[in-house]
Amino acid sequence: MDLSAISPTLLVASLMVAATPILLAAIGELVVEKSGVLNLGVEGMMITGAISGFAAAVLTGSPMIGFLCAALGGAALSVIFAIITQYFLSNQVATGLALTLFGLGLSAMLGQSYVGIKPPASVKLDLPLVSDIPVIGPILFSHDFTVYAALTLVTGVWWFLKYTRGGLILRAVGESHDAAHALGYKVVRVRILAIMFGGACAGLGGAALSLVRVPQWTEGMTAGAGWIALAIVVFASWKPARVLLGAYLFGGVAVLQLNLQAAGVSIPVEYLSMSPYLITIVVLVVMSANRSKSALNAPAALGRVFHASR
Amino acid sequence: MSKSLLHINGLTKAYPGVVANDDVSFNIDAGEIHALLGENGAGKSTLVKMIYGLVRPDHGAMQLAGKNFSPAEPRAARAAGVAMVFQHFSLFEALSVAENIALGMETPPKSNALSARITEVSQAYGLPLDPERLVGDLSAGERQRVEIIRCLLQEPKLLIMDEPTSVLTPQEVTTLFTTLRKLKAEGTSILYISHKLEEIRALCETATILRGGKKVATCDPRKKSARELAEMMVGGTLNSAKAKKTTLGEVVLKVSELSLPPQSAFGTSLKNIAFQLHKGEILGIGGVAGNGQDELLACLSGEVKTTGDAIQLNGVSLGNMLPNVRRALGVLAAPEERLGHAAAPDMSLTENAMLTAMTRQNLSKSGFLDWPRAKAFAEQVISQFDVRTPGPQSAARSLSGGNLQKFVIGREVLQDPEVLIVNQPTWGVDAAAAADIRQALLDLATKGAAVIVISQDLDELMEISTSFAALNTGRLSTARPMAELSLDEIGLLLGGADAAA
Repeated sequence: MDLSAISPTLLVASLMVAATPILLAAIGELVVEKSGVLNLGVEGMMITGAISGFAAAVLTGSPMIGFLCAALGGAALSVIFAIITQYFLSNQVATGLALTLFGLGLSAMLGQSYVGIKPPASVKLDLPLVSDIPVIGPILFSHDFTVYAALTLVTGVWWFLKYTRGGLILRAVGESHDAAHALGYKVVRVRILAIMFGGACAGLGGAALSLVRVPQWTEGMTAGAGWIALAIVVFASWKPARVLLGAYLFGGVAVLQLNLQAAGVSIPVEYLSMSPYLITIVVLVVMSANRSKSALNAPAALGRVFHASR
Repeated sequence: MSKSLLHINGLTKAYPGVVANDDVSFNIDAGEIHALLGENGAGKSTLVKMIYGLVRPDHGAMQLAGKNFSPAEPRAARAAGVAMVFQHFSLFEALSVAENIALGMETPPKSNALSARITEVSQAYGLPLDPERLVGDLSAGERQRVEIIRCLLQEPKLLIMDEPTSVLTPQEVTTLFTTLRKLKAEGTSILYISHKLEEIRALCETATILRGGKKVATCDPRKKSARELAEMMVGGTLNSAKAKKTTLGEVVLKVSELSLPPQSAFGTSLKNIAFQLHKGEILGIGGVAGNGQDELLACLSGEVKTTGDAIQLNGVSLGNMLPNVRRALGVLAAPEERLGHAAAPDMSLTENAMLTAMTRQNLSKSGFLDWPRAKAFAEQVISQFDVRTPGPQSAARSLSGGNLQKFVIGREVLQDPEVLIVNQPTWGVDAAAAADIRQALLDLATKGAAVIVISQDLDELMEISTSFAALNTGRLSTARPMAELSLDEIGLLLGGADAAA
């Protein structure tokens, strides 16, 4: 066992990369839930994004087109969810679970011929001098562009929800769809747009996994990342800044356990591998201990079916 | 004569199975407070929704200030100068006052400017309000102010108010009327929907009465008695509930030092509640919604346990017993929310009868449910309380509000309770059914049971209660005989002043 082999700088730098897929998916789901819709299909949309992005990047040789297709793929899958829940008023929990199963199956089928292929490398920030500064350089200035894109997106969502009229309407719809409808807002339209945004974000998250983090395609490669993203939204009590915190916490534990494995810590590998999930559960329990406080921020209409009959 | 602002001509709207509005025509003049009267289901809401653009009429036309007016959505109605204060508040609890108001405006100013405008308008009309507070923390009266100010900021020509006083204390009603009269003096027309006839006679100069979707009459309410108006609404003569002379017996229920912490983020705590209830007594508990009514009922029915001694029935401590144990001892309750609390919406009336009556009506035999007897009991409730339904196999959800309420109250009354607690027994129930329910409660008390009626309807409490107490922010005033109290005193009690202190 040699703990000195673990470099804190590299640990921080790699946790940012490790957290990016979850961060993207979680910030998308946060917007969806803020509009009052619970989409449990994040895992399915992520893995669909992972394979569509991977396939597009391999076929065109351009990782950018890959990311675009990943977003489109995730959004396309979410449209199915949107139509079923918003027009046919189906149960959101059941539909979301079905979406996850469908996405896993669909991606496995699409991905059959892509196993074992190496995708084109994504764009990495490399500023002369700045990227070479010790400590700060590796942490802040030498990441893949997806890391920065995710951070920009989180800031954008925070700003949108807090300061824009569109964000206010979105929160209002999630708070009470009946009241929003009575004021003349298009509840279904707002929700469909939010669901599609969530799908696109989940798709991007999937591509960040298959094109940057891993990078290759294996069946079922998201391995529960979508579920972690869902948990992080609750952990964050629906606040964008806390989503960032939650994602980096999970990413940190995931990277740390890999480092510990490499350093030969005498704990069975299985325990280390399960630690990120365990810690997520522990944090969720701690966060929800004060129910009244966390419930305060939860969108009041979350998961409720809206029918504009009255 | 002042000129006409809104002219409604032959509006008709049919839903599958019902004609909600049938060829309704009338006129609202500029600067007039116009009352719209009618029973539940008379078509008031549908009519108003057509004016506000939430519902499109099948036939008919409207003119606003001489121009054709057919709003496709509320936005268009607001742009044309029509604003509406809703019956069930269209507010967002987790958002601030300013955010709520911004949502109701087409082009809200920047948040600082908006806050300043809110403060300015709220002071001008005597409706104090802090723009930064969360709506979830406001009282019902304050929430209504948010709605009114939201409307006023758009300087409407026509302000529609749907049952605005149903949740207000008498003092708050006085404030509201002052505001409305001020608006009228400035030339704003107000369409005022209510079924509180005395209010309409005090406030409005014209009244249009709807019955079964048709216009019955347009009249000057100040020149009619409340009774005449009510009979036009109902289309027949009206029986009001009559109490027989009762003498109070010994104490049945004793509540002392009953306290409860808040159960949710926007919940109310109960603070040191104490009262005694005698045989044959009807204790009316008044108060604006959200002051602890639901919590008090939950404590008494057994949904929430308290310390054992806090609630005593004939000397037996009930506080930590479950609802079914209390039922067996004779304490029954009918909560406010009919669908989902008093009755399970998707279960049949027979099943709903089984749910609360199993213990007292012996509807189970050695652990097995006796469905034939439950059905017979449900049928008994249906026939004795004149519940209009195809039969006991109908789902609770399929009944209209008034009919379900009659069933829910009847189910408890027929179990021969020693103590019956009801919350809002006639909320949203039409006048005839409400009179029946009140009569049933009075008869129950005459037979020697003790009844607690929690209600926001002061007229109802004054009609049937023998004693009165007010709930305010979780505190209960000392119960006093109804006959000793004046309306002003009741108002002060509701506002939190304890007259006995």
